[in-house]
Amino acid sequence: MSAPIVSFSRVSKRYPGGFEALHDLSFNVKPGEMVFLTGHSGAGKSTLLKLIAAMERASQGIVLVNGQNVSAMRDKAIPYLRRHLGLVFQDRKLLYDRSVFDNVMLPLTITGLPFRDAARRARAALDKVGLLDREKAPPVTLSGGEQQRLCIARAIVNRPAILLADEPTASLDTGYAQAIMEMIHSFNQVGATVLIATHDQQLMDTWRPRVLRLDHGRLAGETIPEPA
Amino acid sequence: MIAWLRHHRVSAVHTAARLARNPLATLMNVAVIGVALALPLGGYAILANLKVLAGTISTDPEISIFLAASAGKSQIMEVESRLRQAAGVKAVQFVPKDVALTSLRKTPGMAEVIATLRDNPLPDAFVVTLEVHDPALAGRLEGEFARLSHVAHVEADSLWVRRLDTLLRLGRTAILILGAVLGFALVGVTFNTIRLQILTQRDEIEVSKLIGATDSFIQRPLFYLGAVQGLLGGGAALAVVYLSIMVFNRDLVGIAALYASDFQLRPLDFFESLAVLVFSGFLGWLGAYTSVSRHLHEIRPD
Repeated sequence: MSAPIVSFSRVSKRYPGGFEALHDLSFNVKPGEMVFLTGHSGAGKSTLLKLIAAMERASQGIVLVNGQNVSAMRDKAIPYLRRHLGLVFQDRKLLYDRSVFDNVMLPLTITGLPFRDAARRARAALDKVGLLDREKAPPVTLSGGEQQRLCIARAIVNRPAILLADEPTASLDTGYAQAIMEMIHSFNQVGATVLIATHDQQLMDTWRPRVLRLDHGRLAGETIPEPA
Repeated sequence: MIAWLRHHRVSAVHTAARLARNPLATLMNVAVIGVALALPLGGYAILANLKVLAGTISTDPEISIFLAASAGKSQIMEVESRLRQAAGVKAVQFVPKDVALTSLRKTPGMAEVIATLRDNPLPDAFVVTLEVHDPALAGRLEGEFARLSHVAHVEADSLWVRRLDTLLRLGRTAILILGAVLGFALVGVTFNTIRLQILTQRDEIEVSKLIGATDSFIQRPLFYLGAVQGLLGGGAALAVVYLSIMVFNRDLVGIAALYASDFQLRPLDFFESLAVLVFSGFLGWLGAYTSVSRHLHEIRPD
């Protein structure tokens, strides 16, 4: 049995002011798994993803990502951890003054890849999400669904081991949402671990993944998919 | 190492592109820095020229002793002996009246005047060089020599040179203070430019941090921006000073000709100019460093 790629051990997160977003949370995610995190707004889904990406630090407990203790990680080491993660945000966080191509190039530039190799990989990622013909366009000219596809292209261009997506299909209609999920699923099919925060029941019914249900920061239930 | 060099190249290219994208803002910043640096730099250039000019005149403390017209050879030797015995005297030089007249004849405009004279009106003289710059000693010896027989007149003739020297020192101090104050202004201008740049790039910085950019990766283009801005400002200051000197020299040629001189203000030489560019680039970098240290950590991805 392989070691978990993400492991939460009795993790709690309390914000200044006393609000407890997560309480005594423990679970493991195996490499190559696709896990949905679900629950009502404020259940702690986004906080959980932020702890994995070291955007927040746990107040208690241990968060292991790829064998590294993120809770005790030095600030200087965090960028190198994030290079192994692909992040897809609900608010996309695209650079609207750059072209589609430049947005996808950014993670590759950060890792110091030679321009020619980086450009080839960026175009391959854009091709994968169906945006290659829009590479010179500014993101603001793309539809909501296209912008989310661009966000996925930027997340996968560095071939990360783990893809974290926070409400990737929110504010998209059903057709676009399915297309986005198909892209994420195809990435999972080639070995990447995927964690998606969502409260879209239709997606869970369609994809039938492992589901961790959160309620007021606690693990309220877990659904494990039946073997096909 | 190769990736690090590649980051530097990318930062430099991005900096150049950023400056070119906002030509008016770039021009204004460079102009402010250029003018701020041009003031002390111009002062320095003028002082350096005055120093060269003053350097052609002896600044050793000297006393001239003019002998009475009636003084014969033996009296001259007697005076010389007394001068050499005086405490605090470094050297004694006899200037015969014929030599003095020949020297005076070489002064522009004097040859015609001297040609009209029937006799040499100048006296024999001694020039006494003192061991130290000591006004009390000079004053005492001046009085002592004036009381010697066959001495008609005594003059401490290096006094004005010493005054000029003192004024030059004062000017140098003033330029140093002005340079320090305006150098601080350069750091301030860059600090503010970089602060605005960080605010403008807030989204980009946030996204870059989220996808694995190190602090160095984010800081580097900002350091480049500060240093390049300082460098361009230094270049602008050099250009202002150079052009000003050219304009001054056009008028100076006429004034110097009246004194039969070919004196002209000299612009800063290659090494001085290089030092200005390096220093202004460093000050720009310092402003960027201070600003980045102060503001970058305020941006945390959420």
